[in-house]
Amino acid sequence: VPLQRGSIWSLQVLLEQDFWLIIEEISDFNCMDWLLLPAATDSMISEVSKAARGRFIGDPSFVYERAEVNRKSEDRVIPAASVFQNKVKEETRLSVTVHQIDQEVSVVPRGSFIRNHQGLVLVNRSFTGLSESESRKLDSFLHFREAKNPKQRSVLQNPAVDFLEVLSDDIPKGSWSVQCEFASRVCVLRSLLWLGLTFYHLPGTPQHGYVYMGDGTKNLDLPFML
Amino acid sequence: MDASNETQDRRQQRMQSAASFKAFLLKNSTESNLNLYDHLTQLLMKVMTEHPHNAVDVIEDMSRDVKRGLFHDMQSTLRDLPQTTAAELLAEQQCSLFSRPEDAAQEEELVETPLPNVSEIGFNLEQAGVSLGREEMQRIFLALKQLVESQALPRCRLWGKILGTQSNYIVAEAECREGEEDEEQSADEAPEDEDREAETQESEMDPLPESTYKPPPVVPKEIIGTGVNKFVYYVCNEPGLPWVKLPSVSPAQIVVARQIRKFFTGRLDTPIVSYPPFPGNEANYLRAQIARISAGTQVSPQGFYQAGEEEGDEEDETPRDSYEVNPDFEGIPVTEMVESLSFWVHHVQHILQQGRCTWVNLTVKPGEESYEEGESDEKEEEPDEPEPEVGPPLLTPLSQDAEMFNSPPWSSKLSSALTSQHAVAVLRSNLWPGAYAYATGKKFENIYIGWGVKYAGEGYIPSVPPLPQKEYPSGADITETLDPTLEEEQMLQEALEEQQAAQEEMEEEEEEEEEEDDD
Repeated sequence: VPLQRGSIWSLQVLLEQDFWLIIEEISDFNCMDWLLLPAATDSMISEVSKAARGRFIGDPSFVYERAEVNRKSEDRVIPAASVFQNKVKEETRLSVTVHQIDQEVSVVPRGSFIRNHQGLVLVNRSFTGLSESESRKLDSFLHFREAKNPKQRSVLQNPAVDFLEVLSDDIPKGSWSVQCEFASRVCVLRSLLWLGLTFYHLPGTPQHGYVYMGDGTKNLDLPFML
Repeated sequence: MDASNETQDRRQQRMQSAASFKAFLLKNSTESNLNLYDHLTQLLMKVMTEHPHNAVDVIEDMSRDVKRGLFHDMQSTLRDLPQTTAAELLAEQQCSLFSRPEDAAQEEELVETPLPNVSEIGFNLEQAGVSLGREEMQRIFLALKQLVESQALPRCRLWGKILGTQSNYIVAEAECREGEEDEEQSADEAPEDEDREAETQESEMDPLPESTYKPPPVVPKEIIGTGVNKFVYYVCNEPGLPWVKLPSVSPAQIVVARQIRKFFTGRLDTPIVSYPPFPGNEANYLRAQIARISAGTQVSPQGFYQAGEEEGDEEDETPRDSYEVNPDFEGIPVTEMVESLSFWVHHVQHILQQGRCTWVNLTVKPGEESYEEGESDEKEEEPDEPEPEVGPPLLTPLSQDAEMFNSPPWSSKLSSALTSQHAVAVLRSNLWPGAYAYATGKKFENIYIGWGVKYAGEGYIPSVPPLPQKEYPSGADITETLDPTLEEEQMLQEALEEQQAAQEEMEEEEEEEEEEDDD
């Protein structure tokens, strides 16, 4: 679980109520009432992908329903029994969305975490930040998740530091926007796949972090938009 | 005696092993010319001087620091070129923002400035939760002031910020100066001459099939100062960089912009590669999206604006496009503004399907405008005259906005539920994510901070290309027919032979008759 305990997210939803989340899977709507979200499991993820469409409603007990027809039967007449009603509660959907965002677009600068010989991932206390030129390149930022396809690119890689996947390997290319603002005092990465995910890093200092403020929908039109 | 000898021996052995170990420690490393003895000494001295907390945990880091610290002792004789850091560059760009012109400084305070009240808007936006950060807002407003002074604009306001993949755009909306005309020329007239030349060359051979494709007539642009082009927009990438004026938008660009979905890159000359092909580059696409966003999301409290003076009959079909500030506006309580959308109205004209705000009938041909005949005759003569497109009139309340994708088009909230007497009513658009409007008392403002794309529901499907056209008109000489079968051919041949035989007989008979006559 990453360093950013207590980092605050926010999901903007349809009705007046917005969700605010803290990374330990807690959610709330108006910063006053906090509920614990269930941790996302694979079965929950498949449930949500079948049932939930459109935007979030804003009420954690809202139930999404979607009728799915069993297509295995070859008859034109579909008996009523094989029409499934996929139901999913909004809090499940919320927790799955948070999990997906974390998996797909959580970012850390290269060198801020080290893996020791036992395989434990630790915070690198002597991380002094990226340099200005490094922070302009997408190569210096890594996904903070279990590496699925680790690639050995060059001999210069330090296995203690480069055990995570680089952002520049993301498909489609160009799904990250890198900008240095304020005279390069801040380097901002924005994800175009999950619109609203913003990562910041101050080069030369170990400060970094990411925040998601958006409506919780993945931007599936990304290839058309680049 | 033996015992003391033994201890002496052991002591000597220990001394020897200690000395050899110390020699080992002092041996320089082959790679870095350091030795462990010196390193450990320095490390322990560092620990002694610094007394770090939990020294045993951070000892490895300190060791690395000591090693690193040694390298800086080497000084090269080369001096680094003083490189202008990015901070200096930015400061240069922005110092022009902070300079005040020497003359008009005192006069400005008396005359009504074209700029809005900068700090107040910044504060209210912060309350609404939408702001860009105080420092950036200040810089942006100073840049706006510079724009107003350099272009002598009658009125100007911050429209918003559009994010791009490489850099962002800060957009300012301004009323254009009076008498300004569009300087762009259309390049549509050139290709026709070339086609005619090509045709004359081919007249010697069989005429090739000519294309019967006629492109649909181009919808004319609206004049600057009306409709979609009512305001002029300036953009810059960062406050301090020069402002660039965006070209006015044409209806064709709006129509295509509605069908494509693209991110902005931050450079105005990027070509837009899309289907249907967008007529223009990123500057035009940006202007088209700005026009669409303004038409869809610029709202004001009801009563702030009132309709302009009405001229002529009320049956006039042209939608009113002017509004004035209502001097009697009292302000609506903030809680009421949040509860119901009918207290907010659009004050920008809706864009019709055609891409303009006022409808243009393209099928009217010059020369047939004979309105002297009765109206009923005219309707009979032109049965396929298209229906004029009508949009909702100006100043319609938001409660009449259509719901799309199962969601209300607007969400409203108070900036603070606890101190509602000083709170700001905030309206957020769900169709254009990033468009906000706030109102408090007698003041209101609109702003857009976002990527410049509309919410498209479940998925975006690019439009399908039209069916390929027929290459040639189907006629008798081209249409395929079945070849006659063998039997049919034989029958035809027999018939022909019979005919020929009959004809020969007749001719022979005629000749015989003639011969007989001659005799």
